[in-house]
Amino acid sequence: MTFLRSVTTAAAVLLAGSALAKSNLTIAIQLEPPHLDPTSAAAGAIDSVLYSNVFEGLTRFASDGSVIPGLARSWEISENGLTYTFKLVEGAKFHDGTALTADDVKFSLDRARAEDSTNAQKALFSLIASVDVIDAATVRVTLSAPNGNFLFNMAWGDAVILAPESIEGIRQTPIGTGAFRFSKWVQGDRIELVRNDDYWGDAPALDAVTFRFISDPTAAFAAMMAEDIDAFAGFPAPETLPQFEADPRFNVIVGSTEGETILSINNKMPPLNNVNIRKAIAHAIDRQAIIDGAMFGLGTPIGTHFAPHNPAYVDLTGNSRYDPELARQLLAEAGFADGFTTTLKLPPPSYARRGGEIIAAQLRAVGIKTEISNLEWAQWLEEVFRGKDYGLTIVSHTEPFDIGIYARPEYYFQYDNADFRRLIADLNLEADPEKRAAMLATAQTMISEDYVNGYLFQLATPTVAKAGIKGLWKDAPTQATDLTGVSWE
Amino acid sequence: MPRSKNLIPGAVLTAFFTALALISFVYTPHDHTTVDIVNRFRKPLGGDFLLGTDHFGRDILSMIMVGARISIAVAVVAVGVGMVAGVPIGLAAAANKGGILDELIMRVNDLVFAFPSLVIAILITAVFGPGAFNAIIAIGIFNIPVFARLTRGAALSLWQRDYILAARVAGKGPVRISAEHILPNIANLLIVQGTTQFSLGIIAEAGLSYVGLGTQPPAPSWGRMLADSQTMILFAPHMALFPGLAIVFTVLGLNLMGDALRDILDPRIRRDAR
Repeated sequence: MTFLRSVTTAAAVLLAGSALAKSNLTIAIQLEPPHLDPTSAAAGAIDSVLYSNVFEGLTRFASDGSVIPGLARSWEISENGLTYTFKLVEGAKFHDGTALTADDVKFSLDRARAEDSTNAQKALFSLIASVDVIDAATVRVTLSAPNGNFLFNMAWGDAVILAPESIEGIRQTPIGTGAFRFSKWVQGDRIELVRNDDYWGDAPALDAVTFRFISDPTAAFAAMMAEDIDAFAGFPAPETLPQFEADPRFNVIVGSTEGETILSINNKMPPLNNVNIRKAIAHAIDRQAIIDGAMFGLGTPIGTHFAPHNPAYVDLTGNSRYDPELARQLLAEAGFADGFTTTLKLPPPSYARRGGEIIAAQLRAVGIKTEISNLEWAQWLEEVFRGKDYGLTIVSHTEPFDIGIYARPEYYFQYDNADFRRLIADLNLEADPEKRAAMLATAQTMISEDYVNGYLFQLATPTVAKAGIKGLWKDAPTQATDLTGVSWE
Repeated sequence: MPRSKNLIPGAVLTAFFTALALISFVYTPHDHTTVDIVNRFRKPLGGDFLLGTDHFGRDILSMIMVGARISIAVAVVAVGVGMVAGVPIGLAAAANKGGILDELIMRVNDLVFAFPSLVIAILITAVFGPGAFNAIIAIGIFNIPVFARLTRGAALSLWQRDYILAARVAGKGPVRISAEHILPNIANLLIVQGTTQFSLGIIAEAGLSYVGLGTQPPAPSWGRMLADSQTMILFAPHMALFPGLAIVFTVLGLNLMGDALRDILDPRIRRDAR
C-alpha cells in the first residue's frame, strides 16, 4: 500500500508539470478562529474552517441550505414527534482511530445541553429531555415537546459530534470524523488540513488543504492577483470584482448568505429606546445607496431580520422606505427637532466601515449626529456585544434562521417584548409548515414595525477562485467552507 | 544669498497649503461630507469636480482642503506640545548639569527616544482609542525628547559664556537665567527644529490615519484617503494621487523651508560661513 502510494505520488510529481490536476488547495478566508472548538464559541470563523471538513453532526447542511443526513444515516420520528431514533453510518472513525459510537453522540449532546455548557447556541438543545444509547450504532433522542426544527438544529456547527477521549485538547487539536484531518495551525497565518484516508464516506479529491487568514481588503486583492492563494471565500474587496471577472485566470461566484446586515440599535439607550426615534432612523436610511456604495451593488434589501431566499420571507422594506422628510418630522414629534448625538461603533468588515460612513452622512442629513469609532473584532465583542456600550453599530448576523435572537432581552440590542417571546416559544413547538410560516410572518412584521434595528441588506458572499476549481459552495447557508466536494479540472 | 535658495519654493508650498486650510473654513467647492453615490468615481477635470470624486461621491478637492486643515492643526499642536514640555525639561537639565535631575531627565529621554516614534503613537492610540486628539498627544509625546535634547545641548554651551557668569554674579537664580538669557539665545534653533518636526508631524498624522488610528471619519484625512483608495487604485487612480501629492508637497515645502531657515538662523552655520 505504501509502495503503491509512493509510486502514484512519484507519477503525480512527474506529471505535475503537464495537465494533471493539482490535488492541493490554498483557500483564504477573512477571519482566523480564536480556537478550534466549534461547540464552545460563537466565532463563525471556527466553522468556516472546520464545518464538514473536520467535524460532522448527525445531520448537515447541503450547499443549498437543505438539511441532509450526516453521521446519522437515517432516522425515525415517533408519531407524537417526541422521539428521534438515529441510525449512525457504518465505519465512521475519529481521526485518532477510535470508532464513532452512539456513546459519542450521547456525550456530545449531553455536553452541549449541560448546565455548565459553554455552547454558544444552547437554545438548539433546550428541548432535549434525554439521549439514550440503544446499541453501538443507534441512539434515541427524546424531546420534552415536539420541535419542528430539531433536524435543522442538529445540522448546526455547534451540534457536531465529538469524542470524550479527545475533548481535552480540542481547542488546539480538533479531532472529528470528517473527510479532512487537522494537521497544523500556524497562528496568525494558516491552518493546514490533510485528507483522512479512513473517511467513511466518499473520499475527497483534494489531499491537502491550507486555510489562510487575510482580513485586509488590499492584501486580499494582492494575494489573489498574485495567485498566492487559489481561492478566497468571502472576498472582502467587492470593488475589485470586475477586475477579476475580466481576467480569464479567475472565476467570480456571487452567492447569497444567511447574513442579515443590520444597523443594530441599542434599544435600552435613550433616546433610542423611543420607537419613533428608531423609526426616524429607519426612514433616514437609503438602503440602495448603502448597497451600491459599500458593497458595489452586491446584496438584497431587507425590511426585517429574515433571509429573502427563505420561503417564509415577507417583504417589509416598505415599512422603512427612504423618506428623510418623514424622519425629520418623526424626530420633531419626539422632541428632537434639533437631532441628537449618538455613537456608531464599526467592526472591521468593509460593509460596516464603508456602510457606516454612508449611514453617518444619511443620518446627519436629518439631524442625527454620530461619533464614529472603528473597532477591531475583539474590541467590538467586548464593548458592543458583551458590554452593550454603544448607540448604533453595523453587523451581519450570519447564523441561519436566527430571528429567535429577538426573543432574548439580554442580547446586545436589548429588544424586550413579551409578546414576541411567546410567539417564538410557540413557534418552536409548532411542526405544521403552514402554521409555522404564518407565525414567522407575524414575527417578521412585529420586529419590523417595532423598528428594533435598521434592516439594511442580505449580505452577498463573493468567492474569487482560480479558473479550474470546481465544487466550491456558491451560497453560504451556514458559516462553512466545505471543501469535501472540491476538485481541480 | 545663494544659501537660502530653498526659501522661496519652500515658503510658497507651505503658504499654498496653509492657504488651502484657511480657505476651507469659509469656502469649499462642495460639502466634504456629502455622500452622493450616483456621482462616485468621477474623473478629475470633468464637470463639477475639479479633482474628481471618491468612492462615496465626495468631492476630493474639498476633502483635501479640509484635510489640510486637520493635518496642519494636528502637526502644529503636536509640535507645540513637544516644545512646551520639552524646552523647560531641557533647560532644567542644562541648569542642573551633571546632577541627579539632569541624569534622570536625559535617561528618560533616551528611553523615549529608543522607541520608534510611530510605534509609540500606535501604542498610545491603541490604548486610549483612535481619534485626532489622541493622535496629537501621541505625536506630541515623541516630540518632547527631541526638543529637550536640543535645548539641553544648546543651553549647556551657553552656560559657559561670560555673560551668564555675570548674570550669576548679579544674583540671578537658574530659573531666571534660563528664561531671560538662555531661552532667547536658542529660540532660532528651536524654530528651525520646529519646522522639521512639523513636517514629521504631518507624516505621522497621515501614517496614523492610514492605519485607522488617527482622525476618525467623517473628518477627512489625507492618510485615510490613501488607505481608502488602495483597492481602487487600478480603476480610480486619482483617488490616491491627489492626497498623495498633497502629503508630498506639504512635507517637501516644510523641509525646504526648514533648510532655508537653518541657513539663515542657525548661529553655528552662520559662523562657519563667515
